[in-house]
Order: sequence, then structure tokens, then C-alpha cells
Amino acid sequence: MGNVLVWVVWFVAAGACLGTGVAVVTMTNPFFSALALIGNLASLAVLFLLLSAEFLAAAQVLVYAGAVMVMFLFVIAYLGGRADAPWAGGHRLVRGAAVVAAAALLVEIVVVLGLAWGDNLTDPADVSASFGDPAEIGQAFLTDHLLAFEITSIVLLVAAVGGVVLGTTPEKDEEAA
Amino acid sequence: MDGPDVGWYLIVAAILFGIGALGVMLRRSPLIVLLSLEIMLNAGNLTFVAFARQQGNLDGQIFALAVMAVAAAEVAIGLGLIVAMARRRVPLDVDQASALRG
Repeated sequence: MGNVLVWVVWFVAAGACLGTGVAVVTMTNPFFSALALIGNLASLAVLFLLLSAEFLAAAQVLVYAGAVMVMFLFVIAYLGGRADAPWAGGHRLVRGAAVVAAAALLVEIVVVLGLAWGDNLTDPADVSASFGDPAEIGQAFLTDHLLAFEITSIVLLVAAVGGVVLGTTPEKDEEAA
Repeated sequence: MDGPDVGWYLIVAAILFGIGALGVMLRRSPLIVLLSLEIMLNAGNLTFVAFARQQGNLDGQIFALAVMAVAAAEVAIGLGLIVAMARRRVPLDVDQASALRG
């Protein structure tokens, strides 16, 4: 019974995930695209929960769907969110080539998956109940992956400084504008 | 493991990656290109988490968190560039931003 429930939750989350993904790409208004991406991130968080990645699901909702997307919506509101038809502009051949390239990428990934599926993908490891909870993630981050942790903090610092530098207008540009 | 095998998650991640790649190549608004890029990054994250569950190894989840941090940094820089473009009256169209074409 619990098994059926997990399948139902999985189908709803996966369907929402793919549907909102298509919506992000096809929406004319960037504002609605950003809203669809919030739904996409939230349904991905549900999939993370099903994969017993509790801390990651929480971080996904807080950091991604919360902080990052609010920043996105601010910038879209600041720029006026002008409409941009998904199929407008560019040569017809270029658009066709984009679709073909994306389809080829998808087929490649699926073929690689199919080749690997028979070997050992159907036999997931048994994990303890604490797999993926904040304590274990923190333990791994501060012992085995300490260097990655520190480098991540430097990356974020550099990005914050870069964002400020890009956001401030040099004075001579303001005179010209 | 209750519910679907890891392979099903990988299929979803593959389709999601394809959708994101299509958006990056098709759309011309840099904002939507950035949003499509987020979809691709998240498809990669889903693959990491699925394999972490399948192997019973936490390293995949650690990598997914690092990807999340890099994505946040990328959004900060990308949005800064878009705002700078808008301030300099550069049209918000990736096809027209071709000053560095070789």
C-alpha cells in the first residue's frame, strides 16, 4: 500500500517537473517562466525527498525556490518583463537545428542510460534512516569534503563582489546616458 | 527501496536536461536562457542525488549542494550582466549581443 502511494507521489512530482520545465521554455512572458521554474524546483524537491535526500530538498526550497528565484523576479520586474515569443527571430534553419540538437542530446543520454540499466541500476543500496539528513551532510562537509566547502565559500564571495561591480554604473556612462 | 527504481529518476533527469538545452538554444531573451540553464543544472543535480541513493554514498549529495552554490553564484553574475546590458541600452537579445564575434 505504501508502495503504491510512493509511485503516485513520484508520478505527480515527475509530471509536474516535466510540465513546468516545458512551461519555462515555451512561456512568452519571462515573469511566468520564472514562476514555472519555481514550480519545477519545488517538484524536484519532492523527488529529492523520495531519494532520501531530506537536507537537499530543504535547501532546494529555501535557497533555490526562495532566494535565487526572488532575485530573478526582482530583476524581471526591474527590466519590465518584456514579452519574447519562443519561436520568434532567428532563421528557420537555426530553430530547426536547435530542436534537432536538443533531441540528439536527449537520445544520447537515454542510450547511455539504457546501456547501463541492465548492469546494476535496478539494485539500489540499503541505506540507514539517517542517510541524507543534516547531521550526516554536515559531518561529510566538515571532514571529507572540507576543501570543497571552503572553495564554495570563496566562489560565493567572488560572485557577490562581481555582482556588485557589475551592478554599479561607472560615472562617465551615467553622463552619456 | 519503495517506489520507482533509480533508472526512472535518471530518465526524468535526461528529459529535463533536453528541455533545458532546447530552451538555451531556442530562446533569445537572456533571462529565459538563464532560467533554462537552471533547469539543466537541476537535471544534473537530480542525477547526482539518484546515483547517491543507488550507491548508498553521500558524496553525490555533497556534490549536488556544491552545484547549488555554483548555480547561485552564476545567477548573481548572470543577472548582473543582464542589468548592465539594460543600463547601457544594449537590446536584451542574445542574437544581437555579437560584438565579440570572431
